[in-house]
Amino acid sequence: MSVPLDGNAIAGALGELFAVDVSVARLECGGCGMEGVVAEVVVYIDAPGVVARCRACDNVLFRLVRAPDRAWLDLRGVAYLRLRTTST
Amino acid sequence: MAGIVSPGFFGRRRDASPRLPPGQYLVRDFPVLSAGPTPRVNLDTWEFRIATETGEKRTWDWPAFQALPADDVTVDLHCVTKWSKLATSWRGVSVDTLLDGIETDAEYALVHAFGGYTTNLPLADLRGGKAWVAYGYDGADLTPEHGGPARLLVPHLYLWKSAKWVRGIDLRRTDERGFWEQLGYHNYGDPWLEQRYSAD
Amino acid sequence: MARAAVLRGLSWRVATVVGVRDETAAGRTIVFELPGWPGHAAGQHVDVRLTAPDGYSTQRSYSIASAPGGDLVELTVERLPDGEVSPYLTQVLSVGDQIELRGPIGGWFVWDDASPDPVLLIAGGSGVVPLAAMVRARFAVGSSAPFRLLYSVRDPASLLFGAELDHYQRTDLSFGVHLAFTRTAPADVPRPVGRIDAAFLTDATAGGPFSAPDAPAVFACGPTGFVEAVANLVVAAGHEARRIKTERFGPSGSQR
Ligand SMILES: Cc1cc2nc3c(=O)[nH]c(=O)nc-3n(C[C@H](O)[C@H](O)[C@H](O)COP(=O)(O)OP(=O)(O)OC[C@H]3O[C@@H](n4cnc5c(N)ncnc54)[C@H](O)[C@@H]3O)c2cc1C
Ligand SMILES: [Zn+2]
Repeated sequence: MSVPLDGNAIAGALGELFAVDVSVARLECGGCGMEGVVAEVVVYIDAPGVVARCRACDNVLFRLVRAPDRAWLDLRGVAYLRLRTTST
Repeated sequence: MAGIVSPGFFGRRRDASPRLPPGQYLVRDFPVLSAGPTPRVNLDTWEFRIATETGEKRTWDWPAFQALPADDVTVDLHCVTKWSKLATSWRGVSVDTLLDGIETDAEYALVHAFGGYTTNLPLADLRGGKAWVAYGYDGADLTPEHGGPARLLVPHLYLWKSAKWVRGIDLRRTDERGFWEQLGYHNYGDPWLEQRYSAD
Repeated sequence: MARAAVLRGLSWRVATVVGVRDETAAGRTIVFELPGWPGHAAGQHVDVRLTAPDGYSTQRSYSIASAPGGDLVELTVERLPDGEVSPYLTQVLSVGDQIELRGPIGGWFVWDDASPDPVLLIAGGSGVVPLAAMVRARFAVGSSAPFRLLYSVRDPASLLFGAELDHYQRTDLSFGVHLAFTRTAPADVPRPVGRIDAAFLTDATAGGPFSAPDAPAVFACGPTGFVEAVANLVVAAGHEARRIKTERFGPSGSQR
């Protein structure tokens, strides 16, 4: 099935790795410069790992591979991620 | 970490077989995995290219590729996501045929596909009747979702090495990791040794 | 929004089934008890993980159907005939059984119950589930934000939450439901059978602050193909892309 989902659908997989909700972070595509939100990128989950692509240019933004005891996250297609923090 | 057993849950039908490598389940259908949109490749512009470490290139267009001697092979497939499919039948050109007469000292190959996918393997694993560029499956043309018009077929390694929509092979003196090999998957991927993930 | 600040990653919890409710022939609501549940916002989902006796394991995402509040979480699942997980959840899992679940997940596809902005909800099939949670949350907190739900469904028998939605629309004029039947319509519906199209969108958003100039918050949810089609229609009708939030359920989260 090459039917994609939204970044929102992998918020659980990201939430396992990070203390903040990365799905609401803003990002810029390193390929075309489009700005967006992690929850809205195009996501393929029927693969050996998760592949997230830019909705505008198909560039691979990030990839996530999960082994039973380790996870790999490759962000090389993302120019930046901007996360909201709770100030104390 | 294995979860608690869900009462009454068995999942999609999975069979055991002595022909299965460790940790694999048998499937009857042919699951489609994809990491991106399915490339629609035009046969009029399709080209397959082998480039050596010295920059020498050899290319075939679709009619020239079809004119090469082809093999009919029946092989077992093992996907790293744990499904295996036995006795699948393919038609394609042996990579030995494609490499015939090419001068090279390369030890490694980096395979390129339409859509940007790459995978790497030792050149020796593409030689000796172990690998094909396949364009027929089960008596018909290979469909786009299974990698058509042509895909690499290296059945002795996990299926991610059998790049769908293959467009060329670079012969290299040094090893360069491909799309999944860069990110946690094993550099070689022997299903019988259960080489799923890299060691570190 | 009741969102607990938990400064650690999400982990799997054991959820106990305390109730099941058949909604339609293929749809069932499952009520889970989750001790220590941190609370959720309307629109969020959970991941469910199932493990077979031989160690085989698989997971799927399901939207939370219930309004925020309490230790109970309801999921409404529509069975796909040849699916791996949905037949188990709707036919096998029973009261007293335990499964693994993690959540609440996703802070993006959520309705902010403090916002007075008009809300346009567009659902295809089981895509109505997170949108129903938003409707339930609206009534639970007593919000007066104008809400309208456009709901595409195969036939009357597949309608999820029909009686409840109808009750809401009778009791509150600022909430309305417009149904599009794609296969079979009830006899008393004048509109012919068909998918949500531009004309339907125009009709169904008339008579309230739901057109592009009113800039309603738009939430669209359902099978991937449905969401793609609807998002294009809404943009073509002049709504700004930044006001539109989508949730794609996959190839066949259910047929429309
Ligand atoms: C964020 C999110 C929220 C969701 N919320 C809900 C919800 O509230 N309610 C709800 O009902 N659903 C929801 N879904 C959809 C849900 O996650 C499942 O996709 C759905 O229940 C189907 O799962 P399944 O295991 O029954 O079907 P699957 O086994 O996954 O099959 C789905 C379809 O694909 C086909 N298929 C799958 N694998 C193969 C294969 N190997 N070979 C050939 N065909 C195959 C099947 O035949 C079937 O038609 C949600 C999805 C997401 C992403
Ligand atoms: Zn881009």
